[in-house]
Amino acid sequence: MRALMTCLLLVVLSPLAMAQSGDTGGSQDLYPLESTEKQERFRNLLDELRCPKCQNQNIADSDAPIAEDMRNEVYRMVQEGADEQTVVDAMIERFGEFVHYKPAFDARTALLWLLPLIVVLVGLIVVTVVVRRSARGPGTDSPALTEEQRRQADELLRR
Amino acid sequence: MKRALMFLPVLLAVAFGIFLYAGLGKDPQELESALIGKPVPAFQLGALREPDRTLTPEIFQGRAALLNVWGTWCPACRDEHDDLMWLAEEEGIPIIGLNYKDNRNAALRWLEDLGDPYQLNVFDPQGTLGFDLGVYGAPETYIIDPQGIVRYRHVGVVNPQVWEEKLAPVFRQYQEEQP
Repeated sequence: MRALMTCLLLVVLSPLAMAQSGDTGGSQDLYPLESTEKQERFRNLLDELRCPKCQNQNIADSDAPIAEDMRNEVYRMVQEGADEQTVVDAMIERFGEFVHYKPAFDARTALLWLLPLIVVLVGLIVVTVVVRRSARGPGTDSPALTEEQRRQADELLRR
Repeated sequence: MKRALMFLPVLLAVAFGIFLYAGLGKDPQELESALIGKPVPAFQLGALREPDRTLTPEIFQGRAALLNVWGTWCPACRDEHDDLMWLAEEEGIPIIGLNYKDNRNAALRWLEDLGDPYQLNVFDPQGTLGFDLGVYGAPETYIIDPQGIVRYRHVGVVNPQVWEEKLAPVFRQYQEEQP
């Protein structure tokens, strides 16, 4: 039990610890940038761009050589003052729409973007129908219990 | 009407099943190049054999060719080497090499030992052209048409089967365009 609690505590606390060490270490040492605004932009881009080799990692996480090349290129562009869209466009030009975790809205990605909305709408319709139906009250779907049935039910529940 | 509605979940499940089934056989590692239909990116790099000679996209003009990205550090490149030799010698396919993030001496020794299927090799030790091409894993093979436009990309090893099924149909189509 104690071991379990320790485990839980570690799981809960580790993101905090990581967040703290993230302030001082990591990308800032390797890729120094003069303004916090550029640092922010650089970090956002590393999060948003996807490694073509390790497909479920962004280029901040991936150790693949291609991800390193991409980090270096993003760094160079941010240093030269390119804004986020310019950098993303430059990467898409080389690697395709695939590298961006937020693909542009077009005919091919419409289903991807709209699916959550569709699911919510369907859910709302289902809930409305169910609520409406039950609001019609007892008597239509399930007839009320007779006195005899109610007594039987009470007896069963008491056991 | 109500009865028809009852079948809706079944229909939805079947449609969803077909959608998922269609995706089963696909290889998620296979990405279409973003450069299809566009010219080979501009570059100025030395030739592998002649360090003083500067190569540019001009080298792709005039005939359809394969552009093969390789390096001595890449085991799969070793696998496909014999098949590239076969393509060059038996089939007479012009192959341009892009020696990617490699060491010149190691690359020259490799060609010395295993044979040289390439008409010409672009030496790209920093991987700049590779990056502009969107190379994410050697070996990669591109089909470049006589105007220097990228027409197809294959990621992975080229062997006789891949050549016959994937590359040759596209290659022949652009080969016929030659003046």
